[in-house]
Amino acid sequence: MSSPSVVGTAVTPRTKEAVSSRMSVAARLRRDWPLILMCIPAMLLLAVFHYLPALGNVIAFQDYNPFAGDSPVQAFLHSEWIGFGNFQYLFETPAFWDSVRNTLGITAFQLVFYFPIPILLAMLLNSIMSPRIRSLVQSVVYLPHFFSWVLVVSLFQMMLGGAGLIAQTAREAGFTAPDFMTNPDTFYFLITSQAIWKDAGWGMIVFLAALAAIDPNLYEAAAADGAGRGRRFWHVTLPGLRPVIVLLLILRLGDALNVGFEQFYLQREAVGRDASEVLDTFVYYQGISVQQWGVGAAAGLFKALVGLLLIVGANKVAHKLGEQGIYAKK
Amino acid sequence: MTTLAQLKPRRPSGRPVWEEKPSRLGQLGKGTVIAIIIAVVVVPLWVVVVTSLSSTETINSAGGYVFLPREFNPSAYIVIFQGGQVTDAVLVSTIVTVIGTAVSLSVTVLAAYGLSRTGTLLHRPILFYFLLTFLIYPGMIPSYLVVTGLGLKDNLLALVLPAAVSAFNLVVLRAFFMGIPTELLDSARIDGAGEFRILFRIVLPLSKAVTAVVGLFYAVGYWNTFFNAVLYLDRNDLQPVQRVLQMFILAGQSPTNAGAGTVVHLPGIGYTAPPNLAIKMAVVVVTLVPALIIYPFVQRHFTKGVIVGAIKG
Repeated sequence: MSSPSVVGTAVTPRTKEAVSSRMSVAARLRRDWPLILMCIPAMLLLAVFHYLPALGNVIAFQDYNPFAGDSPVQAFLHSEWIGFGNFQYLFETPAFWDSVRNTLGITAFQLVFYFPIPILLAMLLNSIMSPRIRSLVQSVVYLPHFFSWVLVVSLFQMMLGGAGLIAQTAREAGFTAPDFMTNPDTFYFLITSQAIWKDAGWGMIVFLAALAAIDPNLYEAAAADGAGRGRRFWHVTLPGLRPVIVLLLILRLGDALNVGFEQFYLQREAVGRDASEVLDTFVYYQGISVQQWGVGAAAGLFKALVGLLLIVGANKVAHKLGEQGIYAKK
Repeated sequence: MTTLAQLKPRRPSGRPVWEEKPSRLGQLGKGTVIAIIIAVVVVPLWVVVVTSLSSTETINSAGGYVFLPREFNPSAYIVIFQGGQVTDAVLVSTIVTVIGTAVSLSVTVLAAYGLSRTGTLLHRPILFYFLLTFLIYPGMIPSYLVVTGLGLKDNLLALVLPAAVSAFNLVVLRAFFMGIPTELLDSARIDGAGEFRILFRIVLPLSKAVTAVVGLFYAVGYWNTFFNAVLYLDRNDLQPVQRVLQMFILAGQSPTNAGAGTVVHLPGIGYTAPPNLAIKMAVVVVTLVPALIIYPFVQRHFTKGVIVGAIKG
């Protein structure tokens, strides 16, 4: 060991990688084994409940039959390999393409109607002078983030449903309010307003941080040069927010096939399959309810692969635009 | 550490001299928007709580949901906590939340500390192993087969183990641990402390706030667990609160197995059987209250660094 030791060999500074690289593997193992040991429980859990199922996606290429053996592993070993048969079946199923269309439609809809809301909220909050009102608003809008989807959908049901508060108030005033909870035509609006109610306040945090990082002198200098509110917004605020906006846009695009599961699962009965089926619910109903395991897994694998491509692609675009993206360019 | 409350917009005190005076109309508009935003969040919660505490007469005269409280009638709560499905569910959710959070927090803290120093052996491959979970998803069907294959059907561990490690929380904790001065840890090492002792005696006491936030994140996740219960739990007495909420509010099940129809004695009010609507609303309140209780802690401790670092992944 070439590093300076204070008490025998037990103490070795680990701050500098240069020092580590000059040590032999055995010496590093002797030094670092407790740290490696600490990682093992979490690694084991992920191995069993994350990576093993990820590998298990290969049943997409099987005519998986759970009764072919006593355990899923036995069944897996005894099920017949059918190549791309499940995918072929999947791509010929109109319901699958309906779910893809719904998923992408919802992503597009939310990019337009959801994405700007946290930005606007952050700017509104930033313009509030009184610290007390500001922290009151913050406390209130962050709260629904911690509610479950079941709770959020239930609250919407109680407010907007056929027997909800709004319908009840309208009835007393002699009107009939439409039931938004069961109308497939307004379903995109419904789920987007639920998403806004739950998470727009939380999503604001990132933009608040970005706004706080803008140098106040820039505003003053712009004002001294005669820039009004609008100009200051355009030339100071927006450029300050740009990196965050681009980053989150990329993340959302990379996640285009993930629109959530529980929200749709919970409302499928009320609005019907046509309006509410997204890729994740398709996987569930095809795979677990109808027990076409292979086809469900094929749909899941399709989603995972396209999703991976989207993330990598979105990062490429980010790097091209000179932004950092989710992972740094190597 | 910057707390959210300190995440101050650009002006610490008052309006700078160079800024235009706001127009009356603008201020009024802003005030209205803020009031509407607050009302949209608060009114539903208010109505739920008030209705859950109302008697049959109040609910009937209001035509359903009650906005203005007329009495404090806890009979719905007494009924749902007298045993039956809701009582079971609260118990199940509490157990899952406590055990789950303990498991998750322990393994995450250990791994985050294990990865907190660059240059240790296998540091990069192990970090990559955790980060890869962001890109590779397990898929619902194989997950279902693995969990049921391990014999976890109708076992509460099925709600805990698959959700036990969040690489996101791990990254958050690790980033914080990395910010602790190395001199501090080196001096402990000179004094002969092992890694475990350093973690529990030095690192953790210095990271109480961020550890609490991560713990609360896990706890909220476990309390809100729903779909894993749909997948893995068939037995009625094992359902967590979110499932019961779904049955009563969304699936329109009548809350008789929550004890509706039971007559309770309330001192000062006499004997009453709480209305079904009040029972349903009481179930909503029960699922909501833990989030309300832990929320102030999250807000106080939540750091700017946590959020931004987390977003960067």
